[in-house]
Amino acid sequence: MNIHQSTIPVLIVIAPLLTALILPLLNLWKRSLVYPLTLAALAFSFATSVVAAREVLTNGPLEYFMGGWEPPWGIAFRIDHLSALMLVLLGFITLLVGIYSKQSILKEVPKKEAPFYSVYLLLVTGLTGLVSTADMFNLYVFLEITSLTSYALISIGGGTAVVSAFRYVILGTVGAAFYLLSVGYLYAVTGSLNMADLALILPELYESNVVLVGFAFFVIGISIKMALFPMHAWLPGAYSNAPSAVSALIAATTTKVAVYVLVRVMFFVFEPRFSIDTIPVTTLLSWMGAIAMILGSVMAIAQSDLKRMLAYSSVAQIGYIVLGVGLANTMGFTGGILHVVNHAFMKGCLFLVAGAIVYRTGVREIRGLRHLSVRMPWTAATFVVCALAMIGIPPTGGFFSKLYLILGAIAADRWIFVAVILVSSVLGLTYLVNVIRYMYFPPAEGEAVPARVTPGAIVRDEVPITMLAPMIVLAVGIILLGLFNGEIVSRFIDPSIPAGLAT
Amino acid sequence: MLDFAIGNFNNVTYVVLMMIGFYAMTGKRNLVKKLVGMNIFQWSIILFIVSLSTKRGATIPIILGSHDHGEAPVINAFQYVNPLPQVLMLTAIVVGLATTGVALALLLQIYKRYGTLEEDELLEKIQTSG
Repeated sequence: MNIHQSTIPVLIVIAPLLTALILPLLNLWKRSLVYPLTLAALAFSFATSVVAAREVLTNGPLEYFMGGWEPPWGIAFRIDHLSALMLVLLGFITLLVGIYSKQSILKEVPKKEAPFYSVYLLLVTGLTGLVSTADMFNLYVFLEITSLTSYALISIGGGTAVVSAFRYVILGTVGAAFYLLSVGYLYAVTGSLNMADLALILPELYESNVVLVGFAFFVIGISIKMALFPMHAWLPGAYSNAPSAVSALIAATTTKVAVYVLVRVMFFVFEPRFSIDTIPVTTLLSWMGAIAMILGSVMAIAQSDLKRMLAYSSVAQIGYIVLGVGLANTMGFTGGILHVVNHAFMKGCLFLVAGAIVYRTGVREIRGLRHLSVRMPWTAATFVVCALAMIGIPPTGGFFSKLYLILGAIAADRWIFVAVILVSSVLGLTYLVNVIRYMYFPPAEGEAVPARVTPGAIVRDEVPITMLAPMIVLAVGIILLGLFNGEIVSRFIDPSIPAGLAT
Repeated sequence: MLDFAIGNFNNVTYVVLMMIGFYAMTGKRNLVKKLVGMNIFQWSIILFIVSLSTKRGATIPIILGSHDHGEAPVINAFQYVNPLPQVLMLTAIVVGLATTGVALALLLQIYKRYGTLEEDELLEKIQTSG
């Protein structure tokens, strides 16, 4: 595969960064331009990602050397198939949530648009930078940009959101500090920070205790960042108390990007044989993923608040992804990465739906969703599509990623994980269908009906088009992901399967 | 045991500092103390990575003899301290500063809203106010 240089990788990262710096000034001059400029930057970043993906597919990975310094001395940006897939995904989700956020933020946190969009764009900078950098320390910086902006965005909701954000600050910083420590250990023995260079030097040092400790710190640090059970304590509060647009954005992107970092370092900086055999970290990860799937789903069933339920469901879904990656075979890896894409769509869309419901009705309780199918038919229909995908009904995307995961578990001869995936799906069915039941069906005989909900008074009252359109696009996207999953797998995921994984 | 501690005093120091920070983060009920613990935790790691660059008998990484008579000086890497970990940690310090800033801003918001920074009282107030 020939690698060629290009300025595209850096354009994707720098467009939102520069716009984020301009926005506060622009706000002083002409406030009405803030939102259009934000969208322009997001659209530019997305369009460039698509161009980058096309380049990668036709000509192989792209590279850019910062300041013209060649690696291993300088900082390199590198986009291969896996990064390209993540970049297009991030560009698409951030653009849609950006469009959606206008009305939602105007209502939930008025008069804070300019700082909100500024931080929003910085978050996009961090996310896109994380997936395109090829330098371990640069990755730490982007990881912290992502985390810092997430803290700020979560706390913008005020009240309990601030307390949740503080909890996230403490845990997130511990995660980042562990990551930094692992970079320090790896640097101490290799003297290099470039990923490709590290991959060349490290195999001789696999027996070194320093490398083992560094790797262990890396796995723990990044597990905190992606809220893998039992390090998920920050997630439910942060997701459920943040403003709706922020929940959707963060749920769809930050934890997924952490998974990307895990895969990148575990399989590309280290070789799979190290992560699988030298210390059996993949086995450990798949067990933790399995526990997360069951406990996350059980906790989700216990929730009465819609956003909190979705947050616990995220813990379970991270479990699916980590289980797939931890199976350490081709099928499991494919399923894990495909589930990253699917889950970004599904959970992003579900949080947008929850936000739309809060926007129109102010209801967060699942019990309060009676007659939503009459009042907000499109929103309710979108929820059903997402719910079907979460459960894994064909032809939605969720079915195919679960299918790959199950095939991976069978290929690895771990039948217990097949059982766990199926049980967790049934648990998912329980909590999602419960919501649909409240949305679509009349109360059962003898069930208490809240007094303020009376069937006669319900009029159709849908959210504005800028909020509705992104949700519907995502819902259609979920079905398209299912129909065209073969394309994604053969074009993006197959070329990025690390050498050395079992088939 | 003592030999080990003296021979690895940078490692020992960072682990001790890190544990102090970790204790403050988990054991203390006051949010400001948690934040201080978080800072100690971060700085311990920064201290450790800076300590990686030290070298006995070496000097600062500025080329010796470069102001002599036009001849290119001979550069021996072993004469100099490795500048890279220090530069990296400068960046990490900036990141740590930003984290502390954000955390302090959050604490200010919490105090304005709930009038306390004790975790127990805070949870109580959140539960009563809904």
